[in-house]
Amino acid sequence: MAARLEVRKTYKLYIGGTFPRSESARSYEVTDPKGRFLANAALASRKDARDSVVAARKAQPGWAKATAYNRGQVLYRVAEVMEGRRAQFVDEVVASEGLTARRAEAVVEAAIDRWVWYAGWADKLAQVLGSTNPVAGPYYNFSVPEPTGVVAVVAPQESSLLGLVSVLAPVIVSGNTVVALASQARPLPAITLSEVLATSDVPGGVVNLLTGSVAEVAPWLASHMDVNAIDIAGVDDPDVRTSLEVAAADNLKRVRRPDTDDWTTDPGLTRIRSFLETKTVWHPIGV
Amino acid sequence: MPTPFEYAPAPESRSVVDLASSYGLFIDGDFVDGTGGSLKSINPATEEVLAEVAEASAADVDRAVKAARRAYTRVWSKTSGKDRGKYLFRIARLIQERSRELAVLESLDNGKPIKESRDVDIPLVAAHFFYYAGWADKLEHAGFGPDPRPLGVAAQVIPWNFPMLMLAWKIAPALAAGNTVVLKPAETTPLTALFFADICRQADLPPGVVNIITGAGDTGRALVEHPGVDKVAFTGSTEVGKAIARAVAGTDKKVTLELGGKAANIVFDDAPIDQAVEGIVAGIFFNQGHVCCAGSRLLVQENIADELVARLKRRLSTLRLGDPLDKNTDIGAINSLEQLERIRHLTGIGDDEGAERWTADCDLPAKGYWFAPTVFTGVSQAHRIAREEIFGPVLSVLTFRTPSEAVEKANNSAYGLSAGIWTEKGSRILKVASQMRAGVVWANTFNRFDPTSPFGGYKESGYGREGGRHGLAAYLDVV
Repeated sequence: MAARLEVRKTYKLYIGGTFPRSESARSYEVTDPKGRFLANAALASRKDARDSVVAARKAQPGWAKATAYNRGQVLYRVAEVMEGRRAQFVDEVVASEGLTARRAEAVVEAAIDRWVWYAGWADKLAQVLGSTNPVAGPYYNFSVPEPTGVVAVVAPQESSLLGLVSVLAPVIVSGNTVVALASQARPLPAITLSEVLATSDVPGGVVNLLTGSVAEVAPWLASHMDVNAIDIAGVDDPDVRTSLEVAAADNLKRVRRPDTDDWTTDPGLTRIRSFLETKTVWHPIGV
Repeated sequence: MPTPFEYAPAPESRSVVDLASSYGLFIDGDFVDGTGGSLKSINPATEEVLAEVAEASAADVDRAVKAARRAYTRVWSKTSGKDRGKYLFRIARLIQERSRELAVLESLDNGKPIKESRDVDIPLVAAHFFYYAGWADKLEHAGFGPDPRPLGVAAQVIPWNFPMLMLAWKIAPALAAGNTVVLKPAETTPLTALFFADICRQADLPPGVVNIITGAGDTGRALVEHPGVDKVAFTGSTEVGKAIARAVAGTDKKVTLELGGKAANIVFDDAPIDQAVEGIVAGIFFNQGHVCCAGSRLLVQENIADELVARLKRRLSTLRLGDPLDKNTDIGAINSLEQLERIRHLTGIGDDEGAERWTADCDLPAKGYWFAPTVFTGVSQAHRIAREEIFGPVLSVLTFRTPSEAVEKANNSAYGLSAGIWTEKGSRILKVASQMRAGVVWANTFNRFDPTSPFGGYKESGYGREGGRHGLAAYLDVV
């Protein structure tokens, strides 16, 4: 009997909770580290980037207004759904990163556990990062962390799944929404992650995932006037980093510069903190 | 309008201030001559020259940065947190001891009323040093991990609206965290910073830990772009803030920016109206409106707009404009001719775009730079006087009908520094405060400051916070 012919997946973008192809109708060939064909991924355009920002902006107030308890549960739900697709992620990480199955398993487990770790932070951030402030006068004064808004993320190039999760989760846990550009050469685990997000109670538009060229798409995100912050973790070329930072200055985006390639260590709070604002409220005390 | 009281002049004596005719640069613990030109610092209330100060050249900047680096490497990074704290406590006390002198000098150089420099600026300066002094040996308890480290040399560029207070906001946390600094005061208000250099001398602060260089934009640019600085802290215009963000792109310099604002001060129809009027006045006429977080856009609920504006005008007619050193003065001088011209230009645009101007009836002194308290009504969101920072005693009045309209209008700005809310309803305060895209929200009060209270903007009002535990992060190797 002939072996069953596999049904292959079309890898698309993830924008506003739906899976369009690039509006430019372009694609690019994705191969494994040995150069063997894996798939044609969508080659996102400037317009795809802009559409993603619109979707992210639209979703942001609702996501920020959700209770911290709710956001925590949604992030935990992502871990649950990923766990169910473990084998698929392992296969894709093996194919994309050229790891052994055993090492790929460790990467996928770490990625799932990272969602769990961040899920628990949702309802603790305000207590750990906020404060009441003992001002010298009859005022009640407190500071609370709030999401910065819409965050653009250029995801790590090497670590296609764990790296991506490590930069996405800390952005959305506090109520930001995100437009992420996946690893250019290794985009497939990102697309599969978007399928997980679409079925994990993450509202459409909270995470938007693009595949394509960093050099082509990232400048549009860096200069977009409705993006509040940018994480350039996955920008390897120092000249491109500089030009993105320069573009980001047009509306004073908060810029998170690359600082690590090791996504296996304890992430700490710094990535969460990078995409928070502190709001301080004063009110007189009297009768 | 008849006034119930006639005020006799009550000028503060300026004899407590002993000004030299010229000042050099404070580098490595000594005043040295600069190699650039010089600037004259003038009293904006009289146009008299107070002193000449050096305009630091690129070579002078380099010398100051190297002195700061040496002091960091050899001394300050090896000084215990306990001792850094004790130096800061000393400085706080010296400021208290010399508070009258500093207040008078601040009013002379800046033009602000003595009652503000005496009762607000200088007490807050001392409080700021006192607050951060206590952090110096407790950094491991500040929530940034077990061993947060200083960054090194901080380049600090400050504005002219609160010269000494901005110096304190910059230097106190920087030193507490273990950095050394090169600070450039604004070109029109350099004098209190130079007196602060003398306070450093009196405190026996090691040479090079604090360096003060005077100059204008070119000096500031050379300082910010100097490859030997690890940290840039700037307070000033959004335009310059963006230029700094571009200048540091691709470097490892850590940056905090505290920039412009166009704050909405929202008055709901249930607000205590007399209290709100006082708050509106404090919001926009404090310090001649030279305040980045000034409540320059009054958003008033439509059904009380006429009454509120009438009461506001009546109150503004009682403000006393004139000699900054007179203890009765409410409104001092505009800091510079350049700023006065900017205010005139933007208010002229307000006229051209169809807003209705009202100006308090008060005599302006013959000499000096003055602008009477001014209110524009009939302002729409598209008007430039509703969008651009005027940085003067000019209020734009807009109206709204519903809370959601108020929120939408308040947030309709590229800026996001501060906001005000006036209502007797507590639940509404908390709701509206949570909806403001602004870093500081004053509810039933305005323009309050405290060293324990984090201050800083959303959006194009900058990034980073000054004050409180949060303010330490700007000077440590943490995010």
